[in-house]
Amino acid sequence: MEKIYLDHVATNPMHPEVLEAMMPFLKEDFGNPLSLYPSGAKAKEAIEEARGSVASLINAKPNEIIFTASGAESNNFALRGIALALQNKGKHIIVSKVEHHSILNSARFLEKAGFAVTYLPVDKSGLVDPESVQKAITKETVLLSIIHASPEVGTVEPVAEIAKIAKKNKILFHTDAVASAGNIPVDVRELGIDALSLTAHQFYGPKGAGALYLKEGTRIVPLIYGGIQEGGRRAGTENVPAIAGMGKAAELAKRDMGKRSDYVKPLRDKLISSVLSKITNVYLTGHPEQRLPGHASFVVEYIEGEAMLLLLSAKGIYVASGSACSSKALKASPVLLSLGIPSHLAQGSVVFTLGEGTKEQEIDFLIETFPQIISRLREISPYSKGWEGTEGETCTVKK
Amino acid sequence: MAIAELSGHEKSLKFLDTPITADATTDIIYMMCPMHLLTLQERIKEIKVGQVLAILTDYDGALEDIPAWCGKTGNEFVGVLESPDYYSFYVKKLKE
Repeated sequence: MEKIYLDHVATNPMHPEVLEAMMPFLKEDFGNPLSLYPSGAKAKEAIEEARGSVASLINAKPNEIIFTASGAESNNFALRGIALALQNKGKHIIVSKVEHHSILNSARFLEKAGFAVTYLPVDKSGLVDPESVQKAITKETVLLSIIHASPEVGTVEPVAEIAKIAKKNKILFHTDAVASAGNIPVDVRELGIDALSLTAHQFYGPKGAGALYLKEGTRIVPLIYGGIQEGGRRAGTENVPAIAGMGKAAELAKRDMGKRSDYVKPLRDKLISSVLSKITNVYLTGHPEQRLPGHASFVVEYIEGEAMLLLLSAKGIYVASGSACSSKALKASPVLLSLGIPSHLAQGSVVFTLGEGTKEQEIDFLIETFPQIISRLREISPYSKGWEGTEGETCTVKK
Repeated sequence: MAIAELSGHEKSLKFLDTPITADATTDIIYMMCPMHLLTLQERIKEIKVGQVLAILTDYDGALEDIPAWCGKTGNEFVGVLESPDYYSFYVKKLKE
């Protein structure tokens, strides 16, 4: 059975050129970048070359890139590190309700450390209203963090507009660009951003390599204490192969981004229009236009996300459910609830994300297979006759 | 660290009451040791003989390290200014 991978927002296969760029550092050039002999110098050179490529991808300066081990680490580092560095100025930060857990849980950490946190609501398409940002700012506000693009519903936030508000109020602005950087154009200078998180495996690089862009002159308290790696801001012997891979992936993303995007967009649109027309009681989540190029997310009524995932997987189609984490705890996705989607409907979340390797015939096969799976699941669903008591957290089967 | 808590060696440091006008400033607050020495070594190359470099750091160990570095390299340790959460060290370049 052929496998159809439609979970590119979870992770991506490495581009062959990325693997090639990593190999010397997994084999003969294994030296520690701080060592003074040739293999150390080669490793150091590879890191600096990668720093230049990652900087170029987002129009930053090389000295504004700090390598980390993941997007989650970059998010933790940015939120906690910048807030703590500024705590003498004020102890209030603002985030949105649709942030990744690495931001939301870092915000909770800061709350325990005595910070006040405002969690901004979003509209039904997942957009943060810039006016709500302005209203949330107080004299104590030091940091604002709004996700660039949601991996769960695909919505791309108006970060340039939000950054202007932050600048006007002299507040630092961080954005989690893990799902967007390398997939859509991100220019930190044009957007007016002070800090930005990104990760390599979202653009055909390896896992274990992330980066934080930190505008020159911005203070940050380290997350990992130790030595002088990354300018004394992030300790630990560098993961040289992964960083070299991230550099190559960034170089390829900069070159191929437009081509990749132009390729997946029509396939995504075909998938969205087919699912909406072939299946009843199914709704697109996120913004209809202002969304990631390869992202198609839905909620399907009367069915649980995990059931869809299992039957699709049995057909060789690998996708995600936005409610995957939460469903284990029988809890609906907080992101979907923030969009105003009722909890019973949020349980029926399914997320298809396309990549440069996605073939049109794979999308055609999905379009043919998915409605059959939905029909089958609805036949056995206890909710197939409809919902009762759909308000709030619980609902019961209509007798 | 309050000045009263400093050791005998540190009491010989030149503590300043007001900032000095520096020709170049480098902010390495929250950057880990020994970035204060590595940065000093690099940035001193960028100023001319007779000019003053200011280094802003929160690292207590710099109270010992920076004057010692100046003695070792033949540059002048002008003094240190204590702020609530960091120090400003002033180093005058005396030779290339």
